[in-house]
Amino acid sequence: MRRSTLIAAVILAVLVVWPFVVPAYTRGLMIQTLILAIFAMSLDVQLGYTGLPSLGHAAYFGAAGFTAALLILHVTTNFWPILAACLGVAALGAALFGLLALQTTGAYFLMITLALAQVLWGLAFKWRSFTGGEDGLPGVSRPDLKLPISLWNDTTFYFFVLITFLISTALLLLLVRSPFGQALKGVRENALRMRALGYNVWLFKYLGFIIAGVFAGVAGMLFVFYNGHVSASDLSITMSGRVLLMVILGGTGTLVGPIFGSFAIVFLENEISSQIERWPIVMGAIYIAVVLFAPQGVIGLLKSWSARWGRA
Amino acid sequence: MGAGMKPLLVESVTKNFGGFNALNGVTLDFEPGERRAIIGPNGAGKTTLFNVITGVLPPSAGRVVLFGRDVTRLPMHRRSALGLARTFQINTLFPKLTITENVALAVQAQTRLRYVCYRPWRAYRALTERCDALLTAWGLWDLRDARVSELSYGDQRQVEIVLAMATQPKVLLLDEPTAGLSTAETAVVTALIKQLDPSITIVLIEHDMDVALHLAERITVLHYGEKVAEGSPEEIKTNPLVAEIYLGAGLT
Amino acid sequence: MAYWLTQTFNGLTFGMLLFLLAAGLSLIFGLMRIVNLAHGSFYLLGAYLALTVSQLTGSFLLAVLGAAAVVACLGIVIERLFLRRVQNQELPQVLLTFGFIFVLEDIALWLWGAIPTLLEKPVLFAGSLQIGGIVVPSYRILIVVVGLLIAAALWALQSRTRIGAIIRASVDDEEMARGLGINTPRMFTWMFALGCFLAALGGVMGGALVGMYPGAGFEILVLALVVVIVGGLGSLRGAFIGSLLVGLLDNFGKALFPELSLFTIFAPMAIVLAVKPTGLFGRA
Repeated sequence: MRRSTLIAAVILAVLVVWPFVVPAYTRGLMIQTLILAIFAMSLDVQLGYTGLPSLGHAAYFGAAGFTAALLILHVTTNFWPILAACLGVAALGAALFGLLALQTTGAYFLMITLALAQVLWGLAFKWRSFTGGEDGLPGVSRPDLKLPISLWNDTTFYFFVLITFLISTALLLLLVRSPFGQALKGVRENALRMRALGYNVWLFKYLGFIIAGVFAGVAGMLFVFYNGHVSASDLSITMSGRVLLMVILGGTGTLVGPIFGSFAIVFLENEISSQIERWPIVMGAIYIAVVLFAPQGVIGLLKSWSARWGRA
Repeated sequence: MGAGMKPLLVESVTKNFGGFNALNGVTLDFEPGERRAIIGPNGAGKTTLFNVITGVLPPSAGRVVLFGRDVTRLPMHRRSALGLARTFQINTLFPKLTITENVALAVQAQTRLRYVCYRPWRAYRALTERCDALLTAWGLWDLRDARVSELSYGDQRQVEIVLAMATQPKVLLLDEPTAGLSTAETAVVTALIKQLDPSITIVLIEHDMDVALHLAERITVLHYGEKVAEGSPEEIKTNPLVAEIYLGAGLT
Repeated sequence: MAYWLTQTFNGLTFGMLLFLLAAGLSLIFGLMRIVNLAHGSFYLLGAYLALTVSQLTGSFLLAVLGAAAVVACLGIVIERLFLRRVQNQELPQVLLTFGFIFVLEDIALWLWGAIPTLLEKPVLFAGSLQIGGIVVPSYRILIVVVGLLIAAALWALQSRTRIGAIIRASVDDEEMARGLGINTPRMFTWMFALGCFLAALGGVMGGALVGMYPGAGFEILVLALVVVIVGGLGSLRGAFIGSLLVGLLDNFGKALFPELSLFTIFAPMAIVLAVKPTGLFGRA
């Protein structure tokens, strides 16, 4: 416990100091890392804790993104109603899709979450007049916090994202350690026993699914603020696959793992795509390598190494 | 609950699997605080009977009544909430969680606490104290921080019973609690079952005739999905039909 | 009237094309529980390989056979060397096939470039026929014939041969099939190869109908996924009827509500899911 507190303190210190010493470009990557870390942690609640893998998690990320963009472009720039709307849309989307997807399990569940996310993608891609189609909606300004700080300043924006990330992490950490979080783990470990104990297993899966969707929505909203742009690709399978890779690369059921996974993937993608012309092949190879060689993720590898060291 | 109300009633239950009757018109009733053993050779329908009572499987015909309430169409978790608990023939635990976490999940199962998501579960004193008490009482205190997957089979078998007891049931179904245990372990588990609160109705499936005769006041014999005999241990011991079934099936 | 007939015919032919993909996807899922996301990439690769073969030899038939054979071999390699190592683990399998999308589509982009191309139709089927007042391109008739032949062959394979009996046994209960001394791993490899063969065949047929361009594989994969979800995973009949349904919905959607065209496919899918999660012909 002590050691992990120390590590957390060091990481936090780095996160606070770093934006002042690195170039603006790297700071941009840091912002992306933090935003996608929230996204990856949200999927971890569903996949790692509740045991529900999803191929369509970008649905809630993108739906909240479009909500934020449309509100800013057409209705208001006030942050607070935008936040409420994004959370509402993500929760509603997850509540609806969860009803359909949770009728099934295993490979069916994967396929159905993918298909449902494609429904939204199809809408965003084809409904040009409303969503901008392939080009998406550009020119989304940053919202007004109604506080004496402006998000147009890049340093302020970084800290705005950092604080949102910290709040989300704290809430999710509390969640996975709470009695409710324990019940989610119980559902993952043994649904039959949970039923025998008196838990409504379906309801717990459903709630886990919705909570994951809501936090994905938070990330999706921030992502639009950062990019100033939203498009169908934000709800595509590529995005869903990317966040899955982050969670698995880092280690499922750990929350720390997905944060690391987000960091690794954002920086790797950036490095590889700027150095290698055929970078999609390398990205594909990374997916394949992670599945074959690091299925428990980096955190899992670290744990088994430290266990071996401890014994030796 | 009115006086004399049966805690559990099984009324002409039939369970059909694709043309084969695993249970065929079985009727059973139980008294409060009764100790009942269900015996019978493999494939007699004992576990199917438990699955129908607890709601894992819906019966093809007949009904299940719990404390005077028809629960035949109630999902499993709602029946548990009425005071029904069970163990499984094959260990059905949470392998990656510690023993304490396993027990805590059972303790909080029927409280409002299970929906609390903003405070660590260890912060709830009433919850942790109940867990500690159960772990101490069942001699599992030293193992409290071990993961279930790291436990010996015999200890896992005990955790099965602890989880069921942690929900404070009024009717407890034990599916071969001593299956696969050594003689010494069997003696420990048998003694622990014997000590349970006498007001709880306990139904156990047992392969080991000695254990069944030792624990139960009444014994029901199932054979090919039908009830073929019921009575006191003495009556069952001397029942020629039962002897024939068991000798015929090559069991002791 | 002629307009409606033409649209219906176009929808049905596109459905036949979809069937070639959906049949393999459904077979692989039913047998191995693999959601093969790379199926669309096999389709695209088949189309591009056929382009090269037909440019070299000038023969459409050689292009079909060559492309399908190469892709089937590729399927064998991927199944043997990669998927086999994560057998029965749904999520790793899916991620693996997802990784292969990147690799295969980028190789295609590398070798054949990004400019949309259309495969040359075989000379015999380049014209069109006049049937009952509408003009029907004979290539579309060829697609219908090929689709029907494949459907018949698969049906015969499934219901008339020993292999079919083994497939059905494996779908129902893999352990039982193993217990009967059936070599399911080898079975899996052959069936995966068959699925890839059909995908590539679809690619060749589609390459001359809708053309190939980066992302075409994934586009059609999504439609094929909808087919198997609607029809029922692992069901040949479901894949056939589902393909025709989705083909029609796609065609009429595009013609009548261009802005909501994908939605006209996905909305019925969501309804089927809500009412019957295992699909119209799927078993629980």
